[in-house]
Amino acid sequence: MKETWKELPIGCIIEEGGTSRKFKTGDWRSERAIFSKEKCTNCLLCYIYCPDDSIIMKNDKVVGIDYDFCKGCGICAKICKAKAIEMKPER
Amino acid sequence: MPMKALTGNEAMAEAMRQINPDVVAAYPITPATEVVQLFANFVADGRVDTEFVAVESEHSALSACIGAAAAGGRVMTSTSSQGLALMHEMLYIAAALRLPIVICGINRSLSAPINIHCDHSDTMGSRESGWMHIFAEESQEAYDSIFQAIKIAERAYLPMIVSTDGFIISHCMQRIDMLEDKEVQDFIGECKPHHSLLLTDKPYTVGPLSLQDYYFEHKRQEIEAMMQVAPIIDEVGKEFGDKFGRHYGLFEEYKLDDADNIIMAAGSAAGTAKVAVDEARDKGIKAGLLRIRVMRPFPYKQIQKVLKDKMIISVLDRSDSMSTMGGPLFIETRAALYDTETHPPICDYIYGLGGREIDVENILSVFEKGEIYKKKGVEKKLAFIGVRE
Repeated sequence: MKETWKELPIGCIIEEGGTSRKFKTGDWRSERAIFSKEKCTNCLLCYIYCPDDSIIMKNDKVVGIDYDFCKGCGICAKICKAKAIEMKPER
Repeated sequence: MPMKALTGNEAMAEAMRQINPDVVAAYPITPATEVVQLFANFVADGRVDTEFVAVESEHSALSACIGAAAAGGRVMTSTSSQGLALMHEMLYIAAALRLPIVICGINRSLSAPINIHCDHSDTMGSRESGWMHIFAEESQEAYDSIFQAIKIAERAYLPMIVSTDGFIISHCMQRIDMLEDKEVQDFIGECKPHHSLLLTDKPYTVGPLSLQDYYFEHKRQEIEAMMQVAPIIDEVGKEFGDKFGRHYGLFEEYKLDDADNIIMAAGSAAGTAKVAVDEARDKGIKAGLLRIRVMRPFPYKQIQKVLKDKMIISVLDRSDSMSTMGGPLFIETRAALYDTETHPPICDYIYGLGGREIDVENILSVFEKGEIYKKKGVEKKLAFIGVRE
């Protein structure tokens, strides 16, 4: 904590937009989605279903999970027909 | 300046028309309905430029107001009783986001039992929400105070309620000394929001999460804002008075200077109390009235100054706090007087709940009781006027 109440902008605001990118919400997670590139068929169901936009894509292919924002809800693992995503407890 | 015979609600609607706010979002509720109904007519007739949002509840009304104010608009609404209660959640948000919204409030009792008539339990129930609050005694003051409220709110970056007593003021006709539209515009000036969501080249985030790390700082800042308000109210009241001849402050003193037997009240009963002061003085009682105009922030320092040497203070409360210690006006005045060395005797009378009448005789009897308390000390800390006992 650096600023005192005197230095903060008034009205509980943040003086810029798009700041959710800076707020890493992935640390709430109790289960971790483990992605297996070998099993993945790139059906992209996980990408469509992920409520937190945490499926990382590269050249139209799934390449991994964004752990900064993945909350471990397990929807991707549940929807994956190829069983390419597995949920494991966070340590 | 034109004179018009108007009801309290008509006067408030006229004031809103002259202010010509950017956005009004409202939901009808007795006895405040007329204010927005008349204002909706002004919108329909093209007499204002306001975007009128007809919403489905008061919760939505204030939510829409908050959005519009965060976008940088000058925003107003009107409500009463259950409507204000339904806004309760949003009241805190408007205040903490420092949005200078103005509510034309009409005081009405809260259910249950259901009742449409006046008491102060609705706005008193919101007194910890961070809104500034003016109790207008009558329609002229309500009309004048709404212009001041716009200015005060936009200077302090805090929202404000200006309220009148339901039906007693809201539906009764009075001669109103009106301002010219241009005079109003010159007085309130241009709305200068602290931020505006419409300025897309300067984006900002409204209402983000603030947990253990910063919530406290944000609240501390809001408390400080309220601490700075009293001089702003005085300043704007004086500006208004210097321009238009009617001066307003934090409270009104009626024959208070040489009085030793004091009644404190807010709202329309203060008018009745003034007659009672005169009649009590005819009987040789050194009676006086302190009429609270501004309830939030509570002008405790100024009250200490004028009440510290009085021999008996009887507070009239038109709502109870359910703390079993009496009404809010009493509790706060008593707390203020704790810091005086003299600790003047003080007692509370709850009156007028659900619109129960209070008359000059009722208030005279309070002064007469005060004469006894002056000699013998306060026998009853809390009493009730006009209830069947």
